[in-house]
Parts: sequence; structure tokens; C-alpha cells
Amino acid sequence: MNDHSRRDALKCLGVGAGTLFTLSSGVFGAVDLADAATRRDIGTPLFVQISDTHIGFNKDANPDVIGTLNRSIDAVNALPHKPSFAIHTGDVTHLSKAAEFDTAAQVMKRMQVSDIHAVPGEHDVTDGPGTEFFNRFGKASRNRGYYSFSAQGVHFIALVNVMNFKAGGLGALGDDQMAWLTDNLASVSSSQPVVVFAHMPLWNIYEPWGWGTAESVQIAQLLRRFGSVTVLNGHIHQIVQKVEGNITFHTARSTAYPQPAAGNGPGPGPLKVPADQLPKMLGITNVTINRGHKISLSDRTLA
Amino acid sequence: MLKIKFLLPALCLALASPAFADATVTIKNFDYSPMMLSISAGETVTWKNLDGEPHTVVSTDGRFRSKALDENDSFSFKFDKPGTYKYICSIHPKMVATVTVK
Repeated sequence: MNDHSRRDALKCLGVGAGTLFTLSSGVFGAVDLADAATRRDIGTPLFVQISDTHIGFNKDANPDVIGTLNRSIDAVNALPHKPSFAIHTGDVTHLSKAAEFDTAAQVMKRMQVSDIHAVPGEHDVTDGPGTEFFNRFGKASRNRGYYSFSAQGVHFIALVNVMNFKAGGLGALGDDQMAWLTDNLASVSSSQPVVVFAHMPLWNIYEPWGWGTAESVQIAQLLRRFGSVTVLNGHIHQIVQKVEGNITFHTARSTAYPQPAAGNGPGPGPLKVPADQLPKMLGITNVTINRGHKISLSDRTLA
Repeated sequence: MLKIKFLLPALCLALASPAFADATVTIKNFDYSPMMLSISAGETVTWKNLDGEPHTVVSTDGRFRSKALDENDSFSFKFDKPGTYKYICSIHPKMVATVTVK
């Protein structure tokens, strides 16, 4: 198959939505996923990010969130070079119900990856302690939710910023987790690429809607010395990106439904769009790395 | 029920239970209404979510916590002791309101 026909084939399959993330010497690049499939200099697969699957949601904005999750998984499975694992940046479910988690697990089994690293969203822990979430995803962190791991020379950090809300506040890590993060990063070489992920934005996008994290300034301070940092989250159901020095902040689309742009309407609820527009507003993010340690992010929609 | 309450207040007080709302707070457009509610000790408050987005009712001192309330779901809590009780939506912590019990 030549480059062009493969690209067309991918498009015909409705490969879903994605951005391919590649990182090279701390410089960020983003390319369309259909293009990425045809390019040889894009690096090796690192991981794929899905977010805000909201299993259990059944309102007008998308009555078939299982269907769109399935299409997102098809997009992952159609990648010509599959990543070994996926990260889920939270809101696996809509109402934290056991049956919703079970359905999500059943559907996500189809995703051809060896592991799924998940952090909770606030919709996953409405019972308080997050029992249902941690029963399924708590092992890696011994039920704390935050933990680190390494893959392909990259240091990964999973953070939880949805379980420490103060009235009127932003997301927050809390003192214990901040101390752990400081300690964890202290042993990492500045030349090692770092990927940090959480559900709510770890940078303040729009405080009136709580789109941010109380410790965002301290977190950026801790990450500043590294040559390559990628900070990923979900929560806002749309792509917003910021580059600050060597740190790239990137928010993912949902696989379930879009939300309004910051400040547009009474609050960050489901946004009903015409049916033909919906696939363009849902998607996944693919992340690759090349020999020069360049990480590339590639967002792709379900359109 | 309202009519009975009007006619037989003493009886109704005796029947007060979590299913019986002395006051109702509606949740609409990411706000609790009323945001500041005053009731008497022993009264029950019912919250009803009218948004398509789920919300919760979680007191900041841990005294009460609803599950996620989907559209048209309700949650009730009986306040026995006087005081001011602040609560938030744990999904949208910008949503803050109080119940004052006299």
C-alpha cells in the first residue's frame, strides 16, 4: 500500500480523532494522525490517550457514548504502529456506578494495548472515597491514585486532582501528594523526558469554571528544570494547548460529548451540536517518541 | 400533602421523615436555588437537580453527601442541630451554598 492509499484507507475507516505527540530534544510537534501514519520520521509509538468516556451518559448531546467509545477504540486499533499502553485521563464513568465501570471495562477490552493507566475524574469518585474506581484501577498506586512508572526512557507521573476540592475552589493535589511529587521528581535526571497526566487541567485555563489546579504554579516550578515535559489532561472535552519553556500543556477531547468553550454559557455541561458535527468534536490523542527523545502529540477526531 | 400540612400541622410534624421536604433547593444552570436557605431544627431539605449535567450535594464538614444526582434525581437530609452548613457540588466545586438551621 503506498502512502497515499494508506492515508485514504485510514480516513475511510473513520479512524477517529487524534493528535500524534512526538518529542525531540524538548521541542514539540503535532501532526495530523492520518499524515503520521504515512511518515517514517515520526518516531516509535509511546502511548495513546483517551479521556472522558462518560459511560452512563445518555442525554441529547450523545445518546450513544458506548458507540463513540467503540469508534475511538477502532481508531487506536487501526494505528499502523500500535502503542504498548493507553492512559485514560478520567471520567471513565458519568455517575460512578459499578455497572458503568463494568461496561467501560468490557468495551475497553477491545483496545489492543497491554495496559491502561487511569486517573480518576470527579465523575468517577462521586461516592467520596472512589471505591468503584479504585477497585478497578487502584492497584498501580496502592489505592492512592498517584504513582509513577517508566516506559521507553520516559518518566511518567499520574496525579489525582479531583479528590481534594475546597468550596469554590479549583482542582487540587493536596499537601501529601505535592510532597510525594516533589520527592518523586528529585530523583529524575533533567535530561529524561517527563510526561505528567491528571484529569483536570494542571494549569489554570478558566478559574470561574474550576478549569485548573490550585497548585499549578508550584507544579510548573517543579517541572521547569527538565528538558522535555508533556502535561496531559482531559476534563474540558476540547483541545487547548500551551507551551511554556520546555513544558507543553495539552488537553484532550472526550470520546463522549463536547463542552462549550470557556465562559460560553452557564457552565461546563454537555454541549448539544448537530449530529453531523459531533464526530468532529470527539477523539483520541496518540503519542510517539523518536530517537532524539522528541515526543509528538497527534489529535484525531472521529470525523 | 401541602393541604394536609395546612390543615393538620401538628400531625404533619409528627410524620416528618426524609421523604417529606420542609424546604426544597433546586439545582439549575450550575447554581443552587436558594443559595442561602434558612430552616428550623428538625426540618428536612430536599435538593432536586434540573440540569442535564449531574451534580452532588456534599457538606464541607462531611455531615452529608449525596450520590451523583442525574437530571430530576433528588436527595434529602434532615437537619437536627442548629448551625450553618456549607455544601458544594463535588463535580463542580465552584457551586457553593449554605443551609442555616435555627
